[in-house]
Amino acid sequence: MWEYTDKVKDHFINPRNVGEVENPDGVGEVGSMACGDALKLSFKLDENNRIKEAKFQTFGCASAIASSSAMTEMLIGKTVEEAEKITNDDIADYLGGLPKEKMHCSVLGRDALEKAIYCYRGEDEKVIDGNIVCECFGVTDKEIERAVTEHHLRSIEDVTNYVKAGGGCENCHEDIQKIIDGIYDKADDKAPEKKKMTNIQKISLIEETLEREIKPALQKDGGNIELIDVDGDRVYVKLIGTCATCKASQLTLKNYVEIRLQEMVTPDLIVEEVK
Amino acid sequence: MDIIYMDNNATTRVAPEVLDTMLPYLKDFYGNASSMHSFGGSVGREIIAAREKVAALINADPGEIIFTSCGTESDSTAINAAIRSNPEKRHIITTRVEHPAIKNLYEFLAKNGYRVTWVPVDKEGVLDLDYLYSHLSEDTAIASIMWANNESGVVFPIDEIAEKLRNKGIVFHSDAVQAVGKIPVDVKQTGLDMMSISGHKIHAPKGVGVLYVKKGTKFSPFMIGGHQERNRRGGTENVASIIGLGKACELAGNHLDEIDTRVRILRDRLENGLIENIPNALLNGKKDERLPNTSNISFEFIEGEAILLMMDQLGICASSGSACTSGSLEPSHVLRAMGVPFTAAHGSIRFSLSTYNTEKEVDYVVENLPPIIDRLRKMSPFWKEGACKLQ
Repeated sequence: MWEYTDKVKDHFINPRNVGEVENPDGVGEVGSMACGDALKLSFKLDENNRIKEAKFQTFGCASAIASSSAMTEMLIGKTVEEAEKITNDDIADYLGGLPKEKMHCSVLGRDALEKAIYCYRGEDEKVIDGNIVCECFGVTDKEIERAVTEHHLRSIEDVTNYVKAGGGCENCHEDIQKIIDGIYDKADDKAPEKKKMTNIQKISLIEETLEREIKPALQKDGGNIELIDVDGDRVYVKLIGTCATCKASQLTLKNYVEIRLQEMVTPDLIVEEVK
Repeated sequence: MDIIYMDNNATTRVAPEVLDTMLPYLKDFYGNASSMHSFGGSVGREIIAAREKVAALINADPGEIIFTSCGTESDSTAINAAIRSNPEKRHIITTRVEHPAIKNLYEFLAKNGYRVTWVPVDKEGVLDLDYLYSHLSEDTAIASIMWANNESGVVFPIDEIAEKLRNKGIVFHSDAVQAVGKIPVDVKQTGLDMMSISGHKIHAPKGVGVLYVKKGTKFSPFMIGGHQERNRRGGTENVASIIGLGKACELAGNHLDEIDTRVRILRDRLENGLIENIPNALLNGKKDERLPNTSNISFEFIEGEAILLMMDQLGICASSGSACTSGSLEPSHVLRAMGVPFTAAHGSIRFSLSTYNTEKEVDYVVENLPPIIDRLRKMSPFWKEGACKLQ
């Protein structure tokens, strides 16, 4: 159950301005059935070049319908130049806020508005600005950067909530993470640059973690572990004492030793047993 | 406003008879079953009686019943016991349509070095048995196949699968959370090794579950602690809930016929009423291989959450397979595995009935849902009056 504000509920149950404007001055369509939400927005101007009529058709959840309804209400009476300044945050604010997971619904509204204005001006659709990162939803690096900067997003999940990127096949998660990291690395000049560890540093950190944490834990159960070799990211170890004969030793190795070393040293490590 | 509760695959109301048996153990009889005094001992006897009732429902021996905290704990215990008892084996099998309790555990194991075979289903949600059988190997530690699917209601042929897996050295577990209490389940006849049950799906309270472990199955506990459950599950017993579950199992056994007749007729009345009165409404799941209480219907060109919230205004409770929970807006993994087209998958609604539902409630839903669907479709840019049914 979503915690929707009364205003969201009101605009969902009693949506304003449903339908299509006859002889519209601008029309914008975004989304698709595959995406799970879609919006068609149309508007018409009066003699003073103010928006006289704005209507929507939406396929989507309650907050998508409420966001569309709210946006049409916000548009009416504005000039195109004023309308252009409406952001997705404005739409969410108008509704008294949206759950974080539903922010993309307000983005849907802003995108449709942008398209409708391009259509009105007779301009070609906006040339894709930047490179597509998320192929599933056609989201570019520029759009992700903008969302991350404007809304101070910190995780891939946040990015997905706002601009959908990363919500489909998930192949682009690494790239999204890089964009997020890039923005915060730049913002935080004082943060020490992450240097690649030398082999000597890596090995001594592995030894230290084994000595300080892993060995004492295994010794409690009458076992022990010995570091045999490190080759790149492969850590070769030998299990001793009860560990060597324990049936659960593989689980210990993967679920405990490897995970702990990955956390403490570097996430790329793979632990292997030498018999 | 009266609630019309048609979401019984999510959870069920606690039967009043169940609550009555529980209350004394939340008030007066608070003893610990493990205590030496007779005040605690009397509680222990009630747990024994509850264990017998649970065993009777599924035709098990009481010694084969382990009480747990929920279906998820039962599933985790079973899978972990199987892989720990067979540490040399690195292959595990399940289906593409399991509940997250199994699905996410298998994904976790896949990340930790296990080879996983995900058995597919066809567009009606029926399991591809040939695929399952052709992927068994000497390296297979466990096959976990749900008895009935929570979303589509499709029942898998567990008897037949158990027969094929017998004597292959593969532990066979079934998540029977949706099946037990709705259709007859006989573990002796089926001959599977482990099976999970959840209390709150059969009118017992939340917070109690069961793992059936066939005598002679290699086992190691998941929760290590006291001697409770014969050292197979540590932790002081959830006495009142266990006693409640015993009563619920007794009631479930008595109600199986009613579910197969009266509830089935109600479900069909609801399903046929909706499909006849609403254009472009498609049934998900093979019609004659489903649980008698479940109906999953897709309403094309609209989105599930919007339908649910409109129904909520009228006090009607159901579920949707469309999870508009994040930017992904992806339909459930079950509907995707069935290959339900996007036009329909986003607008799927699951109705799941119980013996508490009435014909009056069904008729109310059949009368009030069509205008809701119509209203939302009029808002949808994809809806055209008289749109042809997509295949």
